[in-house]
Amino acid sequence: MGFSLRRLLSWEGLLLLILLLVVAVNALLSPVYLGLNNQVNLFQLSIEKIIVALVMTFIIINGEIDLSVASVMGLAACVLAYLFERGVPMEQAVVAALAVGALCGAFNGFWVAYIGLPSLAVTLAGLIGYRGVARILLEDRSITGFPEWFNRLGQQPILGPLPLAVVLFFGLYMIALVVLNFSGVGRLVYVVGNNREVARYSGVRVPRLKMGLFIASGFIAALAGVLLAARLGAVRGNTADGFELDIITMVLLGGVSIFGGTGNLFGVGLAILIILNMRNGMALLNVTGNVQTGVVGLLLIFSVLIPNLVQDGQTLLQRRRARRKEVELKVKAGD
Amino acid sequence: MNGLRRWLRPEQLRELSLLALIIVALLIFGMQIENFLSARTFNRIAASVAIIGVVAVGQTLVVLTRNIDLSVGAIVGFTAYFMGMQLHANPSMPPLLALLLACAVGGLMGLVNGLLVAYGRIPAIITTLGTLAIYRMLLVNYADARTVTTDMVPAWVPGLAQANLFTLGDFGLRPMVALALAVVLLFQLVLVYTQFGRRLYAVGSNPEAARFAGLPARRTVLLAFVLCGALAGLAGFMFLSRFGNITVVAGQGMELQSVAAVVVGGVNTFGGSGTVVGALLGAVLIDLLGQGLIRWLGISEFWRDAILGLLILLAVASDALILTWLRRFWTPKETRLGRPSESVGPTRERRHGL
Repeated sequence: MGFSLRRLLSWEGLLLLILLLVVAVNALLSPVYLGLNNQVNLFQLSIEKIIVALVMTFIIINGEIDLSVASVMGLAACVLAYLFERGVPMEQAVVAALAVGALCGAFNGFWVAYIGLPSLAVTLAGLIGYRGVARILLEDRSITGFPEWFNRLGQQPILGPLPLAVVLFFGLYMIALVVLNFSGVGRLVYVVGNNREVARYSGVRVPRLKMGLFIASGFIAALAGVLLAARLGAVRGNTADGFELDIITMVLLGGVSIFGGTGNLFGVGLAILIILNMRNGMALLNVTGNVQTGVVGLLLIFSVLIPNLVQDGQTLLQRRRARRKEVELKVKAGD
Repeated sequence: MNGLRRWLRPEQLRELSLLALIIVALLIFGMQIENFLSARTFNRIAASVAIIGVVAVGQTLVVLTRNIDLSVGAIVGFTAYFMGMQLHANPSMPPLLALLLACAVGGLMGLVNGLLVAYGRIPAIITTLGTLAIYRMLLVNYADARTVTTDMVPAWVPGLAQANLFTLGDFGLRPMVALALAVVLLFQLVLVYTQFGRRLYAVGSNPEAARFAGLPARRTVLLAFVLCGALAGLAGFMFLSRFGNITVVAGQGMELQSVAAVVVGGVNTFGGSGTVVGALLGAVLIDLLGQGLIRWLGISEFWRDAILGLLILLAVASDALILTWLRRFWTPKETRLGRPSESVGPTRERRHGL
């Protein structure tokens, strides 16, 4: 990855610039921002979302979308809490929650991959339906009092200053990076996202790939839901409600096209850092969560709008240049 | 057979089957539940369908153009709160002006969505996910932890939801329900008979072809979003009229309910087919099943979402499977391709609409 102006002007370069800007502004405005505690805290507060953002990157590059992830997170947490309440040992409850997540993913995947329904509609049904099942399980109760080891897993550092979820995130990020960039499956994700039909005619087993991705998405979302339960120490029917907005924002801001086929995990990693640092900085300045979400919404829109405008400007310039050349040629010919 | 084909288009079949489902559900619930077929049930369903129905009409316009508007819930909440505050400040505001103001505020928000989608070329789902958060933020900041209560607004506002225009036995027609019906009727006529209506279908079924044919595709999409916003604004006013107490979470979840009504009502999420009447029937069916199943099976309110999710999935699946088969049946034999299409899913271009 040699240095070149071109790379600096690319999407990742722009993200890096924004990130440096955000970090610089935060460091100037808040004295505690750069402290180790705050930096770990910054990761820990949204760790579940960014774990899911990794697998969402695969899904969107593949040309699909999974709106149901937040509901699967909630459902997994609720299954865990429900079983715990019934006296099932915590270890078994965790396994069951993960299995339910994978099942939800398989259910989405079945309709999308094998029946050919649009993922937007299927996972919208999932978004509502899985949340509904979560509400049926817990109604309006709040379950707390999980075993000590479970809560500690979510809240205490296990590796240096890092808690389990943060360690897990970095591990998963490395795995995702290797799979997406250096493995056959990763190439297929791009190929199918670029052109499903061509991929199919080239002998790619598109349905199996999509099914696998949706199962992975459900499983990872469930894992994130369990981690969330461990961190908060309490589960309600509306746990993780509305997280899909943040997760999708991270991926799209990272330069992954909603139409599939382009984007990479470097960009998504930078986008994650930008959003986390921005939210953290705003929180340190006592900006409410609601305004933070609004700013993230603005960022989402501008992250797509600005490249579009730049492209429009470039085409306009090219056209003008072409026309000028044409006129010059005509003038020469006239002479 | 040819006569049947000519008279019964797939869309109409969808509406007829929805109507049949509604009647069957009414009959079953009527037999199983005491006092189900009463004026009270009718009023309760009509009141909630009136609001979501108006939002669904706007959503239909947008979905027809192969877009989606997820910000309608936030628009409903914002206009409901905004109108509550305005009517509190000027209690003498004439009702018609209040209605128009609500539509204008919603329309303005729709305009922002439309400009970003049509001229900024941002996919609708991204745009409206963003504006959903932004509009909700505006509401929370504007509200500043205050709430609107029923006694803050003039008496005619809640009256709109409770008075009867005329009564037939126990059944009464509330002004709000009449308003919703008028909106549905108006937009059904607009879709079928006006240039704008036909353009919505043209742009939705094939944007490229529509552009090459010289249709102002961008303007059509923009107008669809503006109208959707304005109708959400109107629904916001109806929300205020029905509930009276407005907090910052008002209208939350309505975006999904409206999409659900539209999808169950047979409007294709890939654009180009579906009707406003279908969307209304979808909204009615969802509400009827929600109310009926909860009372019949004695299950709790908490089941509603799970049932709704299943219903959407069934609707989309039946759309893809049954209508693919039906369209084959409708194509004349000589133009039929030798091999049936292997995938009922959209081609790449179609998926891009979202």
